Amino acid sequence: MAMGTVVSTGSTGGAGGPIRPYGDTTGDGMVQLSFTLPIKHSKIAEGAAVQLANKMGMDPALVVHAKQMGEDYTFFVVYGRVNHLVDPRAVEVVERDYPLLSPQEANAAIKRTLRRRLVVVGGCIGTDAHTVGIDAILNIKGFAGEKGLEYYRELKVVNLGAQVSVPELVEAAQHEKADAVLVSQVVTQRDAHLLNTREMSAAFRESYPPHKRPLLIVGGPRFDETMAGDLGVDRVFTRGTTPGDVASYLVHRMTERKAG
Amino acid sequence: MATTTRARRPRGKLDLDPATVRRARSLARKVGRPIVRIAQQHTTVSVERATLRLAGLAGADAEGTPWVNRLVDVVRADVGLEHGVALPVWDALRRAEGGDLREVAAKASAGSVRFRLPEGQDAKRARTAAGRAVGSGIKRIDARRTERERLIRRIGDAPSKPWIYLIVATGDIYEDIPQAQAAAREGADIIAVIRSTGQSLLDFVPEGATREGFAGTYATQENFRLMRAALDETSKELGRYVRLTNYASGLCMPEIATLAGLERLDMMLNDSMYGILFRDINPIRTFVDQRFSRQVHARAGIIINTGEDNYLTTADAVDAAHTVTTSQLLNEYFAKEAGLEDWQLGLGHAFEIDPDIPDSFRLELAHAMLARDLFPDAPLKWMPPTRHMTGDVFRGYLLDGFFNLVGALTGQGILLVGMMTEAVVTPWLSDRDLALQNVRYVMNAAGNLHEDFRPEPDGFIADRARQVLGETIDLLDKIADEGSAGSGAPLLEAIADGTFGLMKRPADKGKGLEGVAEKARDYWNPATEILQGE
Repeated sequence: MAMGTVVSTGSTGGAGGPIRPYGDTTGDGMVQLSFTLPIKHSKIAEGAAVQLANKMGMDPALVVHAKQMGEDYTFFVVYGRVNHLVDPRAVEVVERDYPLLSPQEANAAIKRTLRRRLVVVGGCIGTDAHTVGIDAILNIKGFAGEKGLEYYRELKVVNLGAQVSVPELVEAAQHEKADAVLVSQVVTQRDAHLLNTREMSAAFRESYPPHKRPLLIVGGPRFDETMAGDLGVDRVFTRGTTPGDVASYLVHRMTERKAG
Repeated sequence: MATTTRARRPRGKLDLDPATVRRARSLARKVGRPIVRIAQQHTTVSVERATLRLAGLAGADAEGTPWVNRLVDVVRADVGLEHGVALPVWDALRRAEGGDLREVAAKASAGSVRFRLPEGQDAKRARTAAGRAVGSGIKRIDARRTERERLIRRIGDAPSKPWIYLIVATGDIYEDIPQAQAAAREGADIIAVIRSTGQSLLDFVPEGATREGFAGTYATQENFRLMRAALDETSKELGRYVRLTNYASGLCMPEIATLAGLERLDMMLNDSMYGILFRDINPIRTFVDQRFSRQVHARAGIIINTGEDNYLTTADAVDAAHTVTTSQLLNEYFAKEAGLEDWQLGLGHAFEIDPDIPDSFRLELAHAMLARDLFPDAPLKWMPPTRHMTGDVFRGYLLDGFFNLVGALTGQGILLVGMMTEAVVTPWLSDRDLALQNVRYVMNAAGNLHEDFRPEPDGFIADRARQVLGETIDLLDKIADEGSAGSGAPLLEAIADGTFGLMKRPADKGKGLEGVAEKARDYWNPATEILQGE
């Protein structure tokens, strides 16, 4: 999987039972794969490509395109059939466990339970200068047609921007009396996003008594939603998250805290 | 009316009103000039370090701190930065008798030299010696420029425009080299080595060949030298001169520009406001450093690439189109003031409009055509989509094709090759190969389409271009007006209140501020003197 891209379309029929990939006929199991082998193009190279596809479970596998790149590499596109069944019932995902609120509903809920504005401090930590993610969530401009958190009347948003150090973030959170801290991490070279997030959560654990600590939320395209516990944060948001998702989560947790 | 229009030759494809264009330029000058004045009144630690680098001071101490940093820090502690370091340093050098700059730097960091401001004959001698030493560095830059011209003549230049620009970014210079050579063989005319994330915030230039970087490779003199040598070899093999690009941005702009000149780099990223807006570097620091670095680039025959594409990664590409044009006009003003010529201005713009909005392609074409018509003699650097590359590589490949088509239609000089795997992985070998096939197909199929294509004078594209130019003038007007109240530098106030890219950057905040000093009346810098032809 590391060397190629598998693209397939799953049939959603069958009332949640096991399924296989769908090309143009139910149950045909057709998938498409592309990859490069470090070998000159020849009949042998194409045979090697078929061999790889076979080993990956594609049988029969058809090399539909092979092109030599430079002296020593060949790019292949392979179509073929897999026999594997996948069972959606056995898949584990993090489903949204809170109601999705409109900005009006979120504002009303904050007003009712907190009786003050909810304070959110956000930024990109470490050397990450990619503010695309945090800006999409925080800036009034928003993302995917939804306005960002700055648009919510009952939210006070402090966007620290790019390359914020962890101590600066903690200090800003304390100074602003933050209810929640949002951190975005786009750069993932050498797992920088994981290292930075752990450093951040550790710093907050050290600087706050457990029940006073702001909610820690981290987001970025390469995070795994199930890793929140491991990273020491309350929630991980990944690709496709909209400001509304984040606002609804904040309201849910804050009102929950208040009730508990 | 129609007959008179047909009688004269239209200006560019859009036939922009020359009075409006003149007005845009004069507003840019009005906004830019106070900034140049501020730049002239200040120096920075990096400008002073660059001066020492020109005089040949290289290398670092055992802890990896460059000698130029050591020396400037001690001189500053002894006599301040406001006079420039040249006189105190060459005065100490003369007194040390027979030592060289590195010895003086070593002694200075050990505390065994005290610096003073020489007077009378001492000052005169120090001045002569400093002038000679720095002058020989500038002669080396001149020699590298001549060498480039000779190589291009002998080996041959890139066969056609746009020049194909490909990126390598492994973090390890010894991995970068074979990748860069492979990319050149595959068709790249320009290789850019992306810097390690965060280098822009280092207030020193790392030393030596480096193998560890985050999302890029450190810009160091040795890395520059190694890569240029490797590409010279490949250029000879391919029969065309392959250009090398790096980044003169961040806190060490002047030094990196100097190293680029000394090692014959060919293009440098160098934006007038990028560091301020996106890296939170102090505005004064940036403008001072930028001016010096551009003077060096001008001398070295280096083409600069500005960073307007960045605005569109944070703001909406339709709503903020005029901020790109505004920045291009400001970059042009600052560049020319620093001595750069039109052929050296790779003004930036990008294909970043949301593909889901209606007429997005026509809007892109209008914006690109506006840049082309406003800056007919500048190469222009056209940047591929990033923001709306979703991970759907198939759709991304199509978007990149449309991006290439706009590039072909508007005669872009420098085309950064878009990768369908943008936002997914750092480009694989096959991604690069497919991306180049995309470029080649479009250039081959439609490279001359511009000969047949002229937008309707009152059509959507021409209207949109005029609208963006109008909004640019409004924005420049608004900025110019802001100054009447405050510091006399309206642009600084506009930057402080978030006019660009929505980020607020006050002139008295930001990284690197402590490295700025207001020049004393007796400030002297032999490099500036030579570069400005004083």
